[in-house]
Amino acid sequence: MTMILGLYNYWVVIVLMMIGFYIIIAHGHLIKKIIGLNIFQTSVFIFYISVGKVEGATAPIWQEGIILYSNPLPHVLILTAIVVGIATTALGLALIIRIKEAYGVIDEDEIQAMDNQAMVNQDKEHQ
Amino acid sequence: MEGVLSLLSAFFLLIGSFLCLSGGVGILRFPDFYTRMHAAGVTDTLAATMILIGLMLQNPEMLVIIKLILILLMTLFISPAASHALGQAAALNNLPPLVDLHIKDLESASASGDKTSKS
Amino acid sequence: MVGIALAVNQIKDMFAVVMLAGIYGLVSASFFVAMDAVDVAFTEASVGAGISTLLMLTTVAMTGRTEHEASHKPLLALILVAITGGLLIYGTFDMPYFGSADAAVHNHVAPRYIYDSMKEIGVPNMVTSVLASYRGFDTFGEVTVIFTAGIGVLALLSVAQRPKDDAAIEAINDSMHEKHLILRVAIKTMIPFILLYAFYVQFHGDYGPGGGFQAGVIFAAAIIMYAMLFGLSAARRVITQPFVQLLSALGVLLYGSVGVVSMINGGSFLDYSVLAADPIAGQHLGILIIELGVGLTVASVMIIIFFSFSARREYQQANKGGSL
Repeated sequence: MTMILGLYNYWVVIVLMMIGFYIIIAHGHLIKKIIGLNIFQTSVFIFYISVGKVEGATAPIWQEGIILYSNPLPHVLILTAIVVGIATTALGLALIIRIKEAYGVIDEDEIQAMDNQAMVNQDKEHQ
Repeated sequence: MEGVLSLLSAFFLLIGSFLCLSGGVGILRFPDFYTRMHAAGVTDTLAATMILIGLMLQNPEMLVIIKLILILLMTLFISPAASHALGQAAALNNLPPLVDLHIKDLESASASGDKTSKS
Repeated sequence: MVGIALAVNQIKDMFAVVMLAGIYGLVSASFFVAMDAVDVAFTEASVGAGISTLLMLTTVAMTGRTEHEASHKPLLALILVAITGGLLIYGTFDMPYFGSADAAVHNHVAPRYIYDSMKEIGVPNMVTSVLASYRGFDTFGEVTVIFTAGIGVLALLSVAQRPKDDAAIEAINDSMHEKHLILRVAIKTMIPFILLYAFYVQFHGDYGPGGGFQAGVIFAAAIIMYAMLFGLSAARRVITQPFVQLLSALGVLLYGSVGVVSMINGGSFLDYSVLAADPIAGQHLGILIIELGVGLTVASVMIIIFFSFSARREYQQANKGGSL
């Protein structure tokens, strides 16, 4: 019982991570893949922050008289990770806009079909 | 004095949470977009106000109270503007409000009312 | 949060999915507050629930609202996910329990940061002292990554300005003034307060949650709000494209030059103790300047990204003669 109470936060994180992973690989729509990636990233953040928490401690801002603080090191790592995550999401969305302009569709399977068709046409031209 | 303050703040916090809950129930149960937005916007603002007043009574230090008053003013300003933005977006995109239900009820009510008044 | 993630998986309407992603970010921000991570909660709320939702909505507006049905059965994906999840859960059995004070992560470097931060750097917010001083080089890399993302979005999405299009678009924006009067007046009065709050968060990051990133995002949010209400061309008259590009490069340059000045003064790269006569004053000065650099770059890159997205949208609408 103590093991379940002590470890359940990791299990919830793993469930979230797996849902995000499933969204990335099972859906063809590119924006949904990026949202799945976002869910995956946020679950990793939750993992790190929950590792850094110490029971009975306060936020890591120095105050008179308080001895026990939560660990500031995971907070720093995740702060960096959040901002880098939004940067890559923005770039990914910009790429999606250009793909839409070039292909006309956003679904991965349809884009693959159009690429295959273009390659077949190119082979026919060369022969 | 301490007991009275904490009792008052608990009272305000409870009212605030009840308003939030009722707003949620309203969003689920109202039949139309505009009525739902009315439920969300009005109860949201009032619930935030009540919760902030409850928090102010929890910790009567001057700096904290001033910060909370500023947050309260901004919420009172921005939340109705946001609801207005939502409603205007719907109206501009010709989302029809659900008026038929009301008219049917009115007709049946006025018909029965006329009957009772005539007879 | 598991419920929200499952709903994102199932729902086919992209608008609803993007809104759910925003709610997911906000709920995780409140989770971070419950875990005593106030700086992280601040950043996640402003970035994950604000900017990210905005950019995704812009993309959905440009690419269509529904998702097509999947053409193949996702059984293989389910099996793969289940196997990976099972292996990971097996791996957690060795991990320390939640909240225990003697976990390995709390033992080596963290006590030194917590207990010596006040003596060596003199800044109450330990996250800022670690971010800006102890691990300042990582933050430099992060600012460079943001700058690179801005350059990438510019390279992908920038549109040449054409003066005759500008006049037509401005005419449309002015004619809508009556329709949007309430919003324009109400929100225009709030913009100075939001900018003031951004400055407060920037310079108060030493004493409470805050710092360069959050301040930059809040500043950009105020400018983006102005652009959304009054039209992109009106916002471009306030914040011209060359100016904002200069600012983004200036932020990175400021950060790097603090490091170089430290080297010139005899210390190593990004060692702030040699910047002033007293080491603690030097640390304060160094942290102030680099947080300013970070705030500048983040704000200008967010503005660049939003302006590029909406300029592309206007360009698409002008070319196709209607909405997609």
